[in-house]
Amino acid sequence: MNREVRLKRQSKIRNFSIIAHIDHGKSTLADRILEKTNALSSREMKDQLLDSMDLERERGITIKLNAVQLSYKAKDGEEYIFHLIDTPGHVDFTYEVSRSLAACEGAILVVDAAQGIEAQTLANVYLALDNDLEILPVINKIDLPSADPERVRHEIEDVIGLDASEAVLASAKAGIGIEEILEQVVKTVPAPTGDPDAPLKALIFDSLYDAYRGVVAYIRVVDGTVRAGDKIKMMATGKEFEVTEVGVHNPKVTPCDELTVGDVGYLTAAIKHVGDTRVGDTITNAKNGATEPLPGYRKLNPMVYCGMYPIDTAKFNDLREALEKLQLNDSALQFEPETSQALGFGFRCGFLGLLHMEIIQERIEREFKIDLITTAPSVIYQVYMTDGTLINVDNPSNMPEQVKIDRVEEPYVKATMMSPNDYVGAIMELCQQKRGNFVDMQYLDENRVSIVYEIPLAEIVYDFFDQLKSNTRGYASFDYELIGYKPSKLVKMDILLNNEKVDALSFIVHKDFAYDRGKIIVEKLKDLIPRQQFEVPVQAAIGTKIVARSTIKAMRKNVLAKCYGGDISRKRKLLEKQKEGKKRMKQVGSVEVPQEAFMAVLKMDDNNAKK
Amino acid sequence: MMKAAYLHIPFCEHICYYCDFNKVFLKGQPVEEYLQALDEEMNITLQEVPAEKLATIFVGGGTPTSLNEQQLERFCQSINDRLPKAEDSEFTFEANPGDLSKEKLQILKDAGVNRISLGVQTFNDELLTKIGRVHRANDVFYTIETIKTAGFDNISIDLMFSLPTQTLTDFKQTLNAAFSLDLPHYSAYSLMIEPKTVFYNLQRKGKLPTPGEEIEAQMYEILMEEMDKHGLHQYEISNFSKPGFESRHNLTYWNNESYFGFGAGAHSYIEGFRRSNFGPLKKYIESLHNRKLPIFETHRVTRSEQMEEEMFLGLRKTAGVSISKFTEKFGQDPRHLFADEIADLTRKQWIEVTADNIYLTKQGRLLGNEVFQMFLGVFD
Repeated sequence: MNREVRLKRQSKIRNFSIIAHIDHGKSTLADRILEKTNALSSREMKDQLLDSMDLERERGITIKLNAVQLSYKAKDGEEYIFHLIDTPGHVDFTYEVSRSLAACEGAILVVDAAQGIEAQTLANVYLALDNDLEILPVINKIDLPSADPERVRHEIEDVIGLDASEAVLASAKAGIGIEEILEQVVKTVPAPTGDPDAPLKALIFDSLYDAYRGVVAYIRVVDGTVRAGDKIKMMATGKEFEVTEVGVHNPKVTPCDELTVGDVGYLTAAIKHVGDTRVGDTITNAKNGATEPLPGYRKLNPMVYCGMYPIDTAKFNDLREALEKLQLNDSALQFEPETSQALGFGFRCGFLGLLHMEIIQERIEREFKIDLITTAPSVIYQVYMTDGTLINVDNPSNMPEQVKIDRVEEPYVKATMMSPNDYVGAIMELCQQKRGNFVDMQYLDENRVSIVYEIPLAEIVYDFFDQLKSNTRGYASFDYELIGYKPSKLVKMDILLNNEKVDALSFIVHKDFAYDRGKIIVEKLKDLIPRQQFEVPVQAAIGTKIVARSTIKAMRKNVLAKCYGGDISRKRKLLEKQKEGKKRMKQVGSVEVPQEAFMAVLKMDDNNAKK
Repeated sequence: MMKAAYLHIPFCEHICYYCDFNKVFLKGQPVEEYLQALDEEMNITLQEVPAEKLATIFVGGGTPTSLNEQQLERFCQSINDRLPKAEDSEFTFEANPGDLSKEKLQILKDAGVNRISLGVQTFNDELLTKIGRVHRANDVFYTIETIKTAGFDNISIDLMFSLPTQTLTDFKQTLNAAFSLDLPHYSAYSLMIEPKTVFYNLQRKGKLPTPGEEIEAQMYEILMEEMDKHGLHQYEISNFSKPGFESRHNLTYWNNESYFGFGAGAHSYIEGFRRSNFGPLKKYIESLHNRKLPIFETHRVTRSEQMEEEMFLGLRKTAGVSISKFTEKFGQDPRHLFADEIADLTRKQWIEVTADNIYLTKQGRLLGNEVFQMFLGVFD
């Protein structure tokens, strides 16, 4: 291809993504767009095609990003090349979202015609605006009886400050307005503006590990051209590779000769670790490369840590292999070996957030068949010692003795919640309960409110989101960003089972809440830990002081009475089930403890919520 | 060799709230066709698996005595035509208080039935209502009298404990009433909440006030004590009898021996295969109408499974597992096969081992499942 052909082609490229709150119809709209651009016959259509992992499908969210190349014949008679870039829909993955948005020139903003703008949407719209994206508002689900497109139109204008007069009224489900959306993409989203002859600058917005091809990097070419055989360099890590293949997804994997300005596709280069293709990094030529990388790169640091231990101690190495395999595809996952007196050998793992943690945990159990005990998640506490040193504590059981601590600081987030004004009281009460500091409250219209609090991340990590949902009947939406560390009066609470301290159950708690939480947790543990052969005292202690106590009674009777008319298989199954339940428990000293008990600290506020 | 047969009559006039056996309301059911199918099943099975003379036949349900007199007569006839019986065979019918007329009893007697097992459950009328039974305590005394008059002396009643709202006093009163009947055999089961029952649904809604593990354990302890005081020997977890009146049929299961199972949803254990029949009547009848056995599932019991089952079934008996019989059957000594398990359980004082027996201690009887589980999956 010569320069002219490339530039002509470049003028026909439109790169965009879809921003939407969960359930507002992003996946359905993506499906419709694929249909309209004839990327797939309807027989090939799987529902919500862009979400490929099973887990994503089950949870209805997108974790891994994907990009597809589509061709669209517009009403002006020209053939356009569309790149639709998918974005993950969860606050744990905000950075990835920002990088995939950076690969676009435009974004379709989907807002539910009945529900209006939600906090998550707003956060992503701001990310898009930060990246100078052209935003096309779409009011979706207009066929719902409760749809109020005019109200939503005003909301988009008032809350975000976008001109929504051209907003497409659509129903992705019913196929209404799809063509109009595509025409607007052609008209409104700018064509890419790079120089195909400049040194290569390609943004990595995702990568995955493929057993056959090595790491596949998903890239957006900003300047220059890349083809197989090129020597390239990763600007953040300085590592060099030789490109083995470039191509696009349409949506099938389709190798091509070159990727040039505006192209969104993949690149392989015999790369062995996803850590070498960091999201946000810039790929350039190994020789005479670009001098400045693309802006916005950040190394991702885990926010949440927990211990993962195999229930069967013999599976320690299997767990290590599982984590290594998952890390191939997930550079944000960190782990290092640790030992617990109660649980034996395991790993302290770092995650972007709670969802990320749950996904990894589930994949280990499902795909690698390793039963796990996961300790309650913890944030990183900064502990300033009396001798002037600073220790980062990511495991509550490593909290130093109280007397040696000068002060403890914990991470805080700015939490933004949006809700109908009926629930303002409930939200404020919850935030207060979670040690939040009120920052701001604004009425978006006569009925909807935006509330901002500063809350310790540790409280968010627990069950904040679940409680917010239940206290507002699911109406409130929520987003947060880390704002830094603040001093807190924190103490370590230890749990004793049968008079032995169980390090894996220790947690950090604010001094003022310590007694109440101690009481709640010993009761919770009493209910969660099944009766044992002997009576087991459960105690909560701060230092050497016992603050709460309860007792697990000894097992009294467990025997199948009936004979089931000769149905021995059934009897056997019942016994096997009981035995299986035991296998899911961890022997801690002389007590058998189920997984849920280690997470009990998370659910401590259930009792408060119920009152 | 086949020595036992179970036959299932899945019809009931009322459905009890705790019952998860295969059963349907009697009204409007194809009873005649069912009996015909049962006859056909016995016919085909006996051609394929020749039986020696059967030592025990057990007719359960459902409610076998919900059949009318003609049906009952025809059914007994069919059993006697198809199944060869040993001279001293034990032939049991399950029955409910209230639906055993003199006429029906005479039919059973004439057919060679020699043991009646009556579903009494409790002598507390209020509790009877709560568990969905329609008979009343007084019906029991009357029915037992009728049964005795008809010439049956091998009579058993089923009792239940740990029923919703049942107290220790209630249960003691029920036991006293039971003993006043002076029967040679009693079974007593703690209530188990099974899926697909009224109780299961109530429990899920939190509306089933069962007495709880502690009271249940105490009831069981009282049961064992009281039975012992009245000269009734506990020969199995839930069964008590005067010497010589043990249920030979039920012992077949616990001795891990073979048995036929005829009828919808019935289970059999024949030549190393555990099978279950279709539960739905229509399917069961249809299959036999086409002269095909109505088999729903078949499982070949592996040798390891056989050994495990020999243990967990045998341990239900007070006598426990016979070491010599085990060794004879499998060519290996259970004390070696299960050395770790036996050591652990002995240490916990849940089992004891004598020269020829491995059996549950009294404490072990309360926690039988904990013991049984240990013998599962040992050879995996």
